[in-house]
Amino acid sequence: MNRIDQKLGLFSAIPLLIVLVLAFVAPLGVVALFSIMPQKTFSVLNAPDFSAYATLLSQGYWKSLAWSLGMALVSTVTLFLLSWPLAFAMAKVFKRFTLVLTIAVVVSLFVSENIRLFGWLLTLMKGGLFEGHIRAWFGVEFGGVLYNVPVIIFGLIYVYFPFMLFPLAQGIAMVPDDARQAASDLGASRWRILWEIDLPLAAPGIVVGSLLSFVLAAGALAESKLLGGQAVIVMADEIETAFTYGQDWPLGSALSMVLIVIIGSFAIFGISKVDLDSIMGRRR
Amino acid sequence: MTITPILRLKNLVKRFGSFTALHETDLDIIEGEFLTIVGPSGSGKTTLIRLLVGMDSPTEGEIWLRDKRIDQMPANTRPTCMVFQSLALFPHRSVGENIEFPLKIRGVRASDRRLRALELLELLRLPDTYYDKRIHQCSGGERQRVALARALAFDPEILFFDEPLSALDYRLRKTLEKELKDLHSRTGKTFVYITHSLEEAMVMSDRIAIMRAGRFEQINDAEGIYARPESKFVAEFMGEVNLFDVEGTSNGGLHSKGVEVHVNGAAQEIGIALEKGDTGTLMVRPEFVRFLSSTETTDFIVTGVLRGEYALGSRIQYQVEAADGSILTVEKLREDRYEGALDESVILGWDVENTHLIRGD
Repeated sequence: MNRIDQKLGLFSAIPLLIVLVLAFVAPLGVVALFSIMPQKTFSVLNAPDFSAYATLLSQGYWKSLAWSLGMALVSTVTLFLLSWPLAFAMAKVFKRFTLVLTIAVVVSLFVSENIRLFGWLLTLMKGGLFEGHIRAWFGVEFGGVLYNVPVIIFGLIYVYFPFMLFPLAQGIAMVPDDARQAASDLGASRWRILWEIDLPLAAPGIVVGSLLSFVLAAGALAESKLLGGQAVIVMADEIETAFTYGQDWPLGSALSMVLIVIIGSFAIFGISKVDLDSIMGRRR
Repeated sequence: MTITPILRLKNLVKRFGSFTALHETDLDIIEGEFLTIVGPSGSGKTTLIRLLVGMDSPTEGEIWLRDKRIDQMPANTRPTCMVFQSLALFPHRSVGENIEFPLKIRGVRASDRRLRALELLELLRLPDTYYDKRIHQCSGGERQRVALARALAFDPEILFFDEPLSALDYRLRKTLEKELKDLHSRTGKTFVYITHSLEEAMVMSDRIAIMRAGRFEQINDAEGIYARPESKFVAEFMGEVNLFDVEGTSNGGLHSKGVEVHVNGAAQEIGIALEKGDTGTLMVRPEFVRFLSSTETTDFIVTGVLRGEYALGSRIQYQVEAADGSILTVEKLREDRYEGALDESVILGWDVENTHLIRGD
């Protein structure tokens, strides 16, 4: 009986499996293959060498990698701290208002990310909504607040907010109320309950939310381009340049591989630590 | 003898909007007693215990723990503790860590905590090896003991229980009831227990408080509640019972209003009497009712027809239909089985010492 179930499961998974192999695994394979081709070639039929990786190390691309990962880390931590109170309220305090909030946040996703960022651009630029009002009301003139690292991080936080908020609210919803009450009854203060009960029991939601926002932020491009100008060059920007202006596919591929391996190992490590079944609603 | 209560409720009221869950309630809980609060669901017992442990605050009234007023103190600063209906064990912590939790909060050293946890495991008859077990590896009964150990580690002044046994199967519940009573006498702590099960209350308690619609209906020991209920509600709540509506007659006797009860004189001599015009309810438990032969006589006699016979394990229950159609219940031990056939007339009788009069309606 069990074996038939397994066979049926495998059988019904075949169509999606084929799509995944063709659309997901195969391109990754091509990228991996290109990354070990000699530089500036457009064919995968050359003898492999690792000159693209050597360039990557010698040309200071690690700086872009550090900016990408660093800003992703800062935005993820900030997102976690900002989202926790709201996620807690959505899971435990608000009742019907949670639905209103959910819809409001989800609706913002209907508008393309680039357009929303352009909105911020118009708001924050010199002569924009923000600086313009300050100048008109107080007579203080300044150059706008664009084109620096903090504004890029602000953009990352803004764009990836839902990806932290919803998993976090899910995670907090899994913390049983009676466990919190029992901890209080046994003498624990609010902070102790947060530390001893809420954080560990909401861990699956925390891990999923942090992974999503970190992975997305580390590969983000639009925030640094639109809001950051050329303040810093992020990894995704370098990859795009290598593939387009640079006409150096092996270099672009090598840069991609480095980013994929780093983010991939974070993701696999994180996922291995949490029970995804429990956050999807199945009981442990 | 005056006993200073450990917990004193003064005029305690809890309202939710326009709904009054708990009406003006006074109660003294005596140090070291096992008090059980029994009531059907919606009677306000859960509201009451939530006020007592500090998970809710009263609308009016005061709660005094010895000479300290505690009704406005939050749960985490009160020296009392509760075993939850769901037990509320921490699923992400081991058995040992669960038990040590209150000590950890107080900043007790890890080695001392471990020592105390092992002591408590022993007190609750769980092997040392359970210290490192996960909660989900424990059975229902074992979890119960872990929850108790955790509450005892807190060393509360009063230990509250919110129906912790209700989710367990019958046999395990019976075992744990006795263990809990035993634990009570060994620890000497004050236990306040909430349940909807009369049986549970009878087995364990020193005193039982019956709640109904946000009020105490009666507070007494098991014997008093069972044999001398103050209202029909209590009489019926405490198991099978036969009730007869009566009123006083001009000659000081009793006249039955529903089922025809023949009273053999003796009644008013020992205090089962009502003033003329006053009403009341005669109560007799099924085990005190006998089947009479035509030559026997008792203080109270009712005739009827035997309609049913049911085996209740050690006892057999008979249902007798009286002349007006109402059903009376008789219970006999298996060895005292009544040999009559169904649908034949029977005479039922009982004596005045087994009869209780509930005054009023």
